[in-house]
Amino acid sequence: MSLWSYANPAKFMAFTARLMTPLWVLTLAAMGIGLIWGFFFTPDDYKQGSTAKLLYIHVPSALMAINAWAMMLVASLIWLIRRHHVSALAAKAAAPVGAVMTVIALATGAIWGQPMWGTWWAWDPRLTSFLILFVFYIGYIALWDAIEEPDRAADLTSILCMVGSIFAFMSRYAVNFWSQGLHQGASLSLDKEENVHDVFYVPLLFAIAGFVLLFLVLVLMRTRTEVRKRRIRAIEEELAHA
Amino acid sequence: MLALIARDIRIALRTGSGFGLSLAFYLIFVLLLALGVGGDRAMLAQSAPAILWVGCLLAAMLSLDRIFQADMEDGSLDGLALAPMPLASVVIAKIAAHWLTTGLPLSILAPCLAVLLNMETAGFVWLFVGLIVGTMALSAIGTIGAAITLTVRRGGLLLSLLVMPLYVPTLIFGVVTVQAALEGGDPFNAFALLGAVTLFSLVIAPIFSAWSLRVSMQ
Repeated sequence: MSLWSYANPAKFMAFTARLMTPLWVLTLAAMGIGLIWGFFFTPDDYKQGSTAKLLYIHVPSALMAINAWAMMLVASLIWLIRRHHVSALAAKAAAPVGAVMTVIALATGAIWGQPMWGTWWAWDPRLTSFLILFVFYIGYIALWDAIEEPDRAADLTSILCMVGSIFAFMSRYAVNFWSQGLHQGASLSLDKEENVHDVFYVPLLFAIAGFVLLFLVLVLMRTRTEVRKRRIRAIEEELAHA
Repeated sequence: MLALIARDIRIALRTGSGFGLSLAFYLIFVLLLALGVGGDRAMLAQSAPAILWVGCLLAAMLSLDRIFQADMEDGSLDGLALAPMPLASVVIAKIAAHWLTTGLPLSILAPCLAVLLNMETAGFVWLFVGLIVGTMALSAIGTIGAAITLTVRRGGLLLSLLVMPLYVPTLIFGVVTVQAALEGGDPFNAFALLGAVTLFSLVIAPIFSAWSLRVSMQ
């Protein structure tokens, strides 16, 4: 049995129905541990005080904002290549979640930036490219809403997702070219000696795991809704013909 | 393909859509911004590259929704799809026609408007050359949006929402080219990148547009 068998909507629904409760529990546990530990049981930063604790929301949401788009791209490609409807619906379901993650990252960044940088907003490359990413999300969601016919909507949004990925990537570097940054470098990386200090690092990992799980569970839930909506649509069409 | 370009240009000239209208729009846009900024000559001169580029971008976007719409309505798009040439070539012809009727005239008008905005003369050549190259990218990227939104009723607003973020790299490199020239730096770096964006867009736009057209015409 291959992974592709879950592309069958019936199988997907049956499998995810059993998955939802444990996933929710895991999500809440990871987020709870990460955020409560991060907020209440880590020392204040010696320069930034407790504002630095926004990190535990800011970093994971920023991470998921980008990963959500990447997931949409993969799901779109799977739809275009293998024509699995669940894949197209998963891409559709992920877009609003990704958009909200982008807003959370921007908002927490602004709230942190006000005391630290002395401004809510700076036209810094990272901030700007996130705003651009948000606009891409809006366009993608709007296109899904605008096209009635579901297969055509899936095709065209997938094409938009591909073109958008290319240009979002280009914008990222174009924006770097255009202005020097205020934002610090990456907080986490796999190949760097120095990361954030361990005291902050471990709860951050929990928080990231929590956000990944949250994204997964929300997307699965929304995909299930989309599958059901598709079924209702099919029933209605049948009734209309009968 | 040449016949198709000639046909599209003839249509644009005769129906009076696009051509004169986008030029007028460009003029009014610059006029309004100058009024909004409030006649401060130094400030206008400083923001001239941005105003001229953004105006051009918006003006070029106005006529995008007509690229395929008219042909779709009278059925000639189906004919073109069946013609003994790839649909991507049709799209290339459409890009060329759109550029010749909007991008080129807008680029020619831009230096004249730059005079109104008191832009320093050092930037004129780079503004013109940048726009000539950059508007090709605008037309090319625009056809992708036009093809994607073809079946959407009243898709004009959606089209601009989809296309504008795609214009970001073109806009940035275009504006930086002019600014570098104004500040006495070397504008060629940004200009080379602008050219790269244009070439890249010209390559991918026909493929993605043709693909979207096929989906839309099913």
